Amino acid sequence: MDAERTYTELAQRARAALASVDASPGVAKPDPILLAEKVRRNFGGVTAVDVQHLEVQRGSITALIGPNGAGKTTLFNLLTGFDTPDTGEWMFDSKNLKKVVAHKTASLGMVRTFQLTKSLTKLSVIENMKLGATHQIGEKWWNGLLPFRYRKQEAIIERRADELLKRFKLDHMRDQYAGTLSGGQRKLLEMARALMTNPRLVMLDEPMAGVNPALKQSLNEHIRGLRDDGMTVLFVEHDMDMVHDISDWVVVMAEGRIIAEGTPDQISANPAVIEAYLGTHQGKSLLEEENA
Amino acid sequence: MDFIKIIENTISAFFGIDAAYFALAAIGLNIQFGYTGLLNFGQSAFMACGAYGLGMTSQYFGVGMWWGILIGLALVIVLGLLVGIPTLRLRADYLAIVTIATAEIVRLVVRSVRFKEYFGGSDGINSFSTSFRNLSPFDPGAQYGIRPFQYSGYSLWTMIVGWVLVVVFSFLVYMLMKSPWGRVVKAIREDEDAVRSLGKNVYSYKMQSLILGGVVGMFSGMVFALDRGSVQPDNYSRDVTFYVLTALVLGGVAKVSGSVVGPMMFWGLYVFSDNFLRELTKDRPFEVFGVGIIQKSQVGPVNYMLIGLGLMLLMTFRPQGVFGSKEEMALDGR
Repeated sequence: MDAERTYTELAQRARAALASVDASPGVAKPDPILLAEKVRRNFGGVTAVDVQHLEVQRGSITALIGPNGAGKTTLFNLLTGFDTPDTGEWMFDSKNLKKVVAHKTASLGMVRTFQLTKSLTKLSVIENMKLGATHQIGEKWWNGLLPFRYRKQEAIIERRADELLKRFKLDHMRDQYAGTLSGGQRKLLEMARALMTNPRLVMLDEPMAGVNPALKQSLNEHIRGLRDDGMTVLFVEHDMDMVHDISDWVVVMAEGRIIAEGTPDQISANPAVIEAYLGTHQGKSLLEEENA
Repeated sequence: MDFIKIIENTISAFFGIDAAYFALAAIGLNIQFGYTGLLNFGQSAFMACGAYGLGMTSQYFGVGMWWGILIGLALVIVLGLLVGIPTLRLRADYLAIVTIATAEIVRLVVRSVRFKEYFGGSDGINSFSTSFRNLSPFDPGAQYGIRPFQYSGYSLWTMIVGWVLVVVFSFLVYMLMKSPWGRVVKAIREDEDAVRSLGKNVYSYKMQSLILGGVVGMFSGMVFALDRGSVQPDNYSRDVTFYVLTALVLGGVAKVSGSVVGPMMFWGLYVFSDNFLRELTKDRPFEVFGVGIIQKSQVGPVNYMLIGLGLMLLMTFRPQGVFGSKEEMALDGR
């Protein structure tokens, strides 16, 4: 599949940079946009996340995989300020985010989506989109009372929102309530809305969960499109085919730790990963196991 | 039975001062509860801020009554911060618990004997509204209007001021909710985390909403105080908050029209059933086949029962209220 795919210059550079990186957990990358160091989070007695070192290459699509309960979503929450780790430092574009609250990360250029889609059901699709734009004049209440102060900016935002809706093929739903969208369309809307913040790093938490196969293909294309537009993508996923298909780099977590890193090919051949995912009896049919 | 009288009273209640001050309180509550999803059960405390701000200025500070608006504003902001800072970070239910307690604390403090010299205890504060009365263009002694809509000059004046405020605030809320600010608070009602992930300071918006709604509630308290010409602590008890909430739900939440017409209908229905029951039991207890159903002294409580029943029916058969959108309602819980 790789052979017939074309990459933009930026993507090529990222892939080339990653090709020369050692496939070992916590390895340093040539140009990291996101960097985490000794990030640790305990829930009661359980260590949910214990990441010694993690770097995400700029301009790449990095997949974060791992079995249920590996701490992927928790790590997302920690990195985006939705949760606070017990120890550790993490930087975005060499800015330390330790003291940065969740709502500030978006204006820095780092945006996330959620595993359970958060489409704002009682707002129309276009309102959902316009909400995503940052630095809106009309979001100050005193300006809200004076339409002439925000009207011009609102028109620009609306135009951008319409373009994105078209790109994500949601333009026919523009004025519907977001609550009337299907599960897959909601995923698209959430992704499009996140793009309204003009991010440099997009963090997608299970973008494919509950999406039908046909829509998965187009979601794939959209995610690849983000990289081609110069964004870095970090996403959590369970669907191995998809991970293999679109990611430049794969990070594997299990029990809160990073157990492996590498290109998709390296990862699918990595025995530690297979064991973490499937247990030690992988590769044998159930019959064989029964007989054994 | 005097049906004409019942109907006349009902119609006057639609446009009465009670409906006006309820509408103001409901408009404020609608900002907080309807649009932002803040379960504020202490609107009466904000109303009390307005009323006492007005009452205390002329009585104790010796400055003009108009300073009362500023003092009321200051009180509302202090109260909003006091309630909001600890609770707005938490889930919605906690705000509900804290606000209901706050409203009671405010009421008990202002009616306490300890602070009688400032707040007037349970007697409240009287005679502070002279400068407002003097502004009235109407002759206080004369009756204006035609039967059944006949008002003394002063009542007419407060009614006009009340309804003008209702119109002004309805318009402002309408503008606000059409603006990007309104979009953010409506989104907060739907899902806080989504809004936070898009870079909005959710906490600050909730605080703004709480205080803006409180400010409208403050004007409600002022109109009420000016109409009665007195401020009494027990006029700002829990029931007021819940009646206002009821009226708002009746009209339809998150709709400007709902927050205005809801209170009008609430008072219309209230007065209608009250008058009807009184007429019914005027001469002798009402009986069906010799079984006593209701007598004169029971009208008050039975009236409340009927209102409660009506509300239950409303919630069952038209949960979105009169003006609410059924389509929007159906999107819940998906």
